[in-house]
Amino acid sequence: MQKKKLTATVKSQQKIAEGIYDLRLSTELAAEASVGQFICLYPKDKSTLLPRPISICEVDKDKETLRLVYRVAGKGTAEFSGLKEGETVEILGNLGNGFPLEKGAGKRVFIMGGGIGIPPMLELSKRLSAEKQIIVGYRDRDTFLKEELEQNGSVYVATEDGSVGSRGNVMDAIRENGLCADVIYACGPMPMLRAIKGYAQEKGIPAYISLEEHMACGVGACLGCVVKTKNIDSHSHVNNARICTDGPVFEAGEVDI
Amino acid sequence: MNTKVTIAGVTLQNPVMTASGTFGSGMEYGEFVDLNKLGAVVTKGVANVPWAGNPTPRVAEVYGGMLNAIGLQNPGIDVFIERDIPFLKQYQTKIIVNVCGKTVADYIEVVEKLGDTGVDMLEINVSCPNVKEGAIAFGQKTDALFDITSQIKKHAVQPVIMKLSPNVTDISEMARAAEAAGADAISLINTLTGMKIDIHKRTFALANKTGGMSGPAIKPIAVRMVYQAASAVKIPVIGMGGICNAEDAIEFLLAGASAVSVGAANFFNPYATEEIVRGIEAYMEQYKIEDVKELIGAVQS
Repeated sequence: MQKKKLTATVKSQQKIAEGIYDLRLSTELAAEASVGQFICLYPKDKSTLLPRPISICEVDKDKETLRLVYRVAGKGTAEFSGLKEGETVEILGNLGNGFPLEKGAGKRVFIMGGGIGIPPMLELSKRLSAEKQIIVGYRDRDTFLKEELEQNGSVYVATEDGSVGSRGNVMDAIRENGLCADVIYACGPMPMLRAIKGYAQEKGIPAYISLEEHMACGVGACLGCVVKTKNIDSHSHVNNARICTDGPVFEAGEVDI
Repeated sequence: MNTKVTIAGVTLQNPVMTASGTFGSGMEYGEFVDLNKLGAVVTKGVANVPWAGNPTPRVAEVYGGMLNAIGLQNPGIDVFIERDIPFLKQYQTKIIVNVCGKTVADYIEVVEKLGDTGVDMLEINVSCPNVKEGAIAFGQKTDALFDITSQIKKHAVQPVIMKLSPNVTDISEMARAAEAAGADAISLINTLTGMKIDIHKRTFALANKTGGMSGPAIKPIAVRMVYQAASAVKIPVIGMGGICNAEDAIEFLLAGASAVSVGAANFFNPYATEEIVRGIEAYMEQYKIEDVKELIGAVQS
């Protein structure tokens, strides 16, 4: 499927937690989007030129809609948060490889999300047919997307301030609830992904983790968003995979994080 | 209407090329633009052996542009010859290979290996600000630039374009040094060395601390330098630095560039190169210009 830059129309947008926005875009890209892929949004303000990579939270192929849930982190995302129904935004997609659903099909899986890494896990939890244990970590009681995740599996929550679920992070929630799995899928901040990689190695199970990095092009040309890899990859011929194109999802053992 | 330009005996169907490092070897952007429509594809810099490049973060946005410190990551010339050149040869576009190295011998090794590959021109990177050895070390002093240019010319089969750095005191004397050493053309500007600090984390935005600045914010500096360089030498000048649309490209032609390269704009708009080709044609039609060469250096005081 070909990558395209095109104009999407805003179907709706709402703030769902402090600094977190839920944006639904009407776009033909929905027809081919897969779980764990991302798209880039271009700010209109020409002082901010680079496209902003944002993970796909939900795909509605029938209504040709992509749902993005993102955190306002700077000028570009602040501009997006002001988009209103009927307005347009330039987007680039679909980008990246996505989560390998077949690896977890029919098995006991952990679907783990931390903070703004939670949104892509919603579509994954909908699409995956497996024994799903969904473990999500938040800062506080602002537990966005929790109710929707609960429709797709058993949800375990950890909060940094202990206000909901286990106090601490997603690893604390696993221990406290005595959970185990055969396959892990995860997206979240780097310390969380490092802990998951260590846990998966200890248990001898595969972990498919979605990484993020500053990127300029989103299509594999600029070589900005690389991650060190265990093996020399066929594109770079050095130990550097491109997160935008070879990822963002990697088996944890393949990457040096 | 004639859009052809000739640089060192190589005729380009139009004056629009890609800037090295922003377009890979064309594969990634081939999904967005018809490579057959471009004057030339200038590849990402290639060295004699694979280079891993710098740690991340490698890119950061700045007002009206960006900083990069990729560090010339590349797969090495052997893989490049086997994979990238055959890919580009499928298209009706000229192939210009950007060459980098840590020592003069590294550059010569690459230049020699490219001798019988059928690529059209070589662009020698003596201006990357993001690597500690080689590259810019050859591009900031006239004697070093003269020396590497003349040595490369002894070994090069194809015409040699020396890519100059804007991080110098006097661009005219650098241009003259390259010309005196036998360069067939010069291209400029490479990126300007910049820095960004994240005030919330109190860290450098780039792992390399400094990076090369590109994007529309640098365009006036680039136009000025292209004008100065073109006024100083007789060899063709390839202009670049912040070109985002046809108007920008035409400004460089008027300043004295025989061709232009589109760089960071590819990231902001993957269709930029083809749109610029069409935009130049529209401009020529609007002003009844028969031959694009009429625009080269045509600015009046």
